[in-house]
Amino acid sequence: MHADVTSRTIEEAEVALQQTLGPDYRLMTLVSPNIARRARPGQFVHLRLPGLDPAYLLRRPFSLHRAVGDRITILYKQVGVGTAAMARLRSGDRVSVMGPLGNGFPPLPDGFHPLLIGGGYGSAPLFFLAERTSQKGVVFLGGKGRTDLLGDSDFKALGWDVHMATEDGSAGCKGLVTAMLEKWLAEHSSLPTVWYACGPDGMLRAVALLAVEHGVQAWLSLDRRMGCGAGVCLACVVKIQDPEKAGSWKWARVCRDGPVFESRQILWEGEFA
Amino acid sequence: MSVPRLETAIGRIRMKNPVMTASGTFGYGTEYADLVDFRQLGAMVVKGISLEPWAGNPPPRLAEVRGGLLNAIGLQNPGVEGFTRDYLPALRELGIPVIVNIWGRTLEEYEAVATRLEAAEGIAGLELNVSCPNIKEGGIAFGTDPAMLERVVRAVRKQTSRTLIVKLAPNVTRIDPLARIAEEAGADALSLINTYPAMAIDIETRRPVLSNVTGGLSGPAIHPIAVKLVYEAVRAVQIPVIGIGGIVEARDAIEFLIAGARAVAVGTVNFTDPTAALAVVAGIRDYLVRHNLSDVSELVGSVRGP
Repeated sequence: MHADVTSRTIEEAEVALQQTLGPDYRLMTLVSPNIARRARPGQFVHLRLPGLDPAYLLRRPFSLHRAVGDRITILYKQVGVGTAAMARLRSGDRVSVMGPLGNGFPPLPDGFHPLLIGGGYGSAPLFFLAERTSQKGVVFLGGKGRTDLLGDSDFKALGWDVHMATEDGSAGCKGLVTAMLEKWLAEHSSLPTVWYACGPDGMLRAVALLAVEHGVQAWLSLDRRMGCGAGVCLACVVKIQDPEKAGSWKWARVCRDGPVFESRQILWEGEFA
Repeated sequence: MSVPRLETAIGRIRMKNPVMTASGTFGYGTEYADLVDFRQLGAMVVKGISLEPWAGNPPPRLAEVRGGLLNAIGLQNPGVEGFTRDYLPALRELGIPVIVNIWGRTLEEYEAVATRLEAAEGIAGLELNVSCPNIKEGGIAFGTDPAMLERVVRAVRKQTSRTLIVKLAPNVTRIDPLARIAEEAGADALSLINTYPAMAIDIETRRPVLSNVTGGLSGPAIHPIAVKLVYEAVRAVQIPVIGIGGIVEARDAIEFLIAGARAVAVGTVNFTDPTAALAVVAGIRDYLVRHNLSDVSELVGSVRGP
């Protein structure tokens, strides 16, 4: 699609640091020079976790939260056997990392203002993008409660304008991040913007609808269950508009053709071209 | 001692070593091009190609289970025309034998795919998929019914001059009659096994994990099943047998060779480590050195009695 995927590698990376980020989230920093050097915002890595029960075979995909010098950082939530094994890793442990994978976010076009919309740990790749985008913009973070809003102070430290929303009202506006975005848009209708979003499907779908309504380009990073991470197994497919045949769809591999798609490309469940 | 000889042959396909990558696990040659030196592989088998482009099943298509993977991709593929136009040119450049796995919903579709590929250049052989558990018509029905198996092998044999490999299903009461039928109908080789029909249920939602309800199990969980079936098939036929199923490392491949397989195909482990097949080649070579064998053929079928 909009980026090539020709410079991947598999390397044994050393865990440099494990940090907690509130009660539910963690940051893992790995020394992975060949991947750190090549990675662009929106790309991901596929990890083979040494502490994982060997009865489970697959690597685990994680979007890149940062890539600085020879290090990469992953932001994760402990949700299953893979992330539990990850949480047990300590400094000095070694992890096989395949990457960088996927297309990544396309760069901000000149004359546009970037808006980042993150749901929960969907803010992870957006921070990488903010770090690499010289033009400061606006960040919208949403989550169920305060502990799901990640990195707000980091975005602020970069000079970005941060708006927060929680469903339970424990921080920022009470309600959905997309409602907050909509309100902001009403107040800034003349500003030319490009959107970058990552989060749960429900949020992305709402962002996609708003993007159409406002005639804005919105780049969405999708999260799907993956097998190989390299475009081979065809497990992580999503329906997209077939660019060659108006009115029909085709499968795209989130791992290889994505994970970033322009919002109009995606056909959500129940939607057929 | 000198470097042991790893060359082997499957029908008219000459391989520099007995290790190939299994259908559906290695793409079309470009996906791993920057990570794997393809020239070190014995051969590669391309994912199942049908007459028309095929969308496969809706997601979820994959479930990770203990000891393996459960998949119901449903044979998504670009169709024979799309394949020869968009994918075959890059495959020709790999410098290794390319085997194309083919499937159909009817006898006529199998014949038509074989005919179209006969006209294409750069294909070493066909692997007849009569054993996919994940499509509603055709597929596994051809591989488990002796009369249908004979008809489809005979029909495709008439259409192709290339080495014809028949990929058998594991879920049969006895493998030897089916192996013999495939041989008598004109197969140059057999490959076994395909995935084993299986199922997983999400206990929270109480729904099947796969959209297709059932899928095919691959990975180390099925390796001993595959060893047994290879062992039995080898005893039933004269043609070469390719051992497939749950190879993770060289020792698994060596087991197949000892059981009588002339070659092996590495599948599911490619998803974890795309270079796994190359490690298997190196491991076989080390084993031969360690056991003072100068040629891999000395290992093939060397299984002893209990």
